Amino acid sequence: MSGHVSQTAAPSHSDHSASPWGGGTSPFKISYGKMMMWFFLISDAFTFSGLLTAYGFMRHKYEDIWPTAGDVFTHFPFYDGHIELAYVAFMTFVLIASSVTMVLAVEAGHRMKKKSVQFWMVLTIIGGAVFVGSQAWEWYHFIHGTEHGAYLLEDGVTVMKHKIDPQTHVIEEGTFLVPVNRDGELTEGSGFREVSGHEATVLKSTATHIHGANLSHNEYGIPLFADFFFFITGFHGFHVFSGVCINFIIFLMVVEGKFEKTGHYEMVEKSGLYWHFVDLVWVFVFTFFYLL
Amino acid sequence: MDARDDIYEYSLDTHHSEEEGKKMRKKFMGVLALLSVVTIIEVAMGMMWSRDESMASILKYTFIILTLVKAGYITMIFMHLGDEKKSFQWIVLAPYFVLIGYLIFICLVEALYTGGFRPGIENYFGF
Repeated sequence: MSGHVSQTAAPSHSDHSASPWGGGTSPFKISYGKMMMWFFLISDAFTFSGLLTAYGFMRHKYEDIWPTAGDVFTHFPFYDGHIELAYVAFMTFVLIASSVTMVLAVEAGHRMKKKSVQFWMVLTIIGGAVFVGSQAWEWYHFIHGTEHGAYLLEDGVTVMKHKIDPQTHVIEEGTFLVPVNRDGELTEGSGFREVSGHEATVLKSTATHIHGANLSHNEYGIPLFADFFFFITGFHGFHVFSGVCINFIIFLMVVEGKFEKTGHYEMVEKSGLYWHFVDLVWVFVFTFFYLL
Repeated sequence: MDARDDIYEYSLDTHHSEEEGKKMRKKFMGVLALLSVVTIIEVAMGMMWSRDESMASILKYTFIILTLVKAGYITMIFMHLGDEKKSFQWIVLAPYFVLIGYLIFICLVEALYTGGFRPGIENYFGF
């Protein structure tokens, strides 16, 4: 392969450094396990990119009738009022903080400090568990919905919502919003039309009163919003859950003293890569699902 | 254990001293502070201006840029991609620069066309 190296001389270290791509060496100077973890994460990131791009597509298509996340996720534990996105911001902070404790565990591993690695890994696992619990809490509220609910019209898709004042969050009694197209026909389309009085009564007579959201209907508006919410945050939440499990297994191995014997904490670094990736994905989900 | 120079061993150069560790921990805390501040700014901006039509596109692009900043810090510092070889950094990042950028562009453009109306080019980016 390497024509420049003399056939008789045994390849020495200096030959390798001359061309890292000449073979017989690791050009990336990265261990096999870490490199494979990176490759797995690259492919996993493609999956999430696909999901988020699909979300972007649908959201862009139904831009005018897409629910605002700020109107949907308004709950905060032990607080009765209306507070936009505060809980999601808290969840984001928990995940970022647990990412920091993970990187501190990896750093302690580089100094071969077993006690320290244990301590930071426990905090990481707790952070992950808090996040998964918070997500379950948020799902509960989204599925449960509001007291006033909404009306699912005859076609089984279109939702007639209560008109709510964006400033005071008070319902305007007897006034509803239905999605309409450009010609004012009642379909998913390019805006909302106010409905009240007799027309509202007629529409209501054949409609079903619904609360909250599931895969087929959504009180906050278009069902696609709920579908994407369940799918994307569910897929991410499953990643967090697996991350917590993996971290717990690695933690047990740390406690056992397995890595003291091997002489390095590479395993902690590999599970750390996965854990940071979960945080990374959440940064994107947070922006595209909740903020925009 | 014998260290081989043909296969890269994790243990070769991953250990560091106490002083280096101290410096690294300081850096991680700095990144934590930065990520938290950026998140707080994002949420505050969302609360203030999310219903203001005139702010919509400014908000959109600010959020996307801030997200990319956060993502950069997480991958480069927390995941230590910044400490890897340049060639490896490109292996990880190049697919996103090429494929994802393209995918997003195509999807957003197509989404407008399936929405039932034909927008002018100025509508592509929400300006």
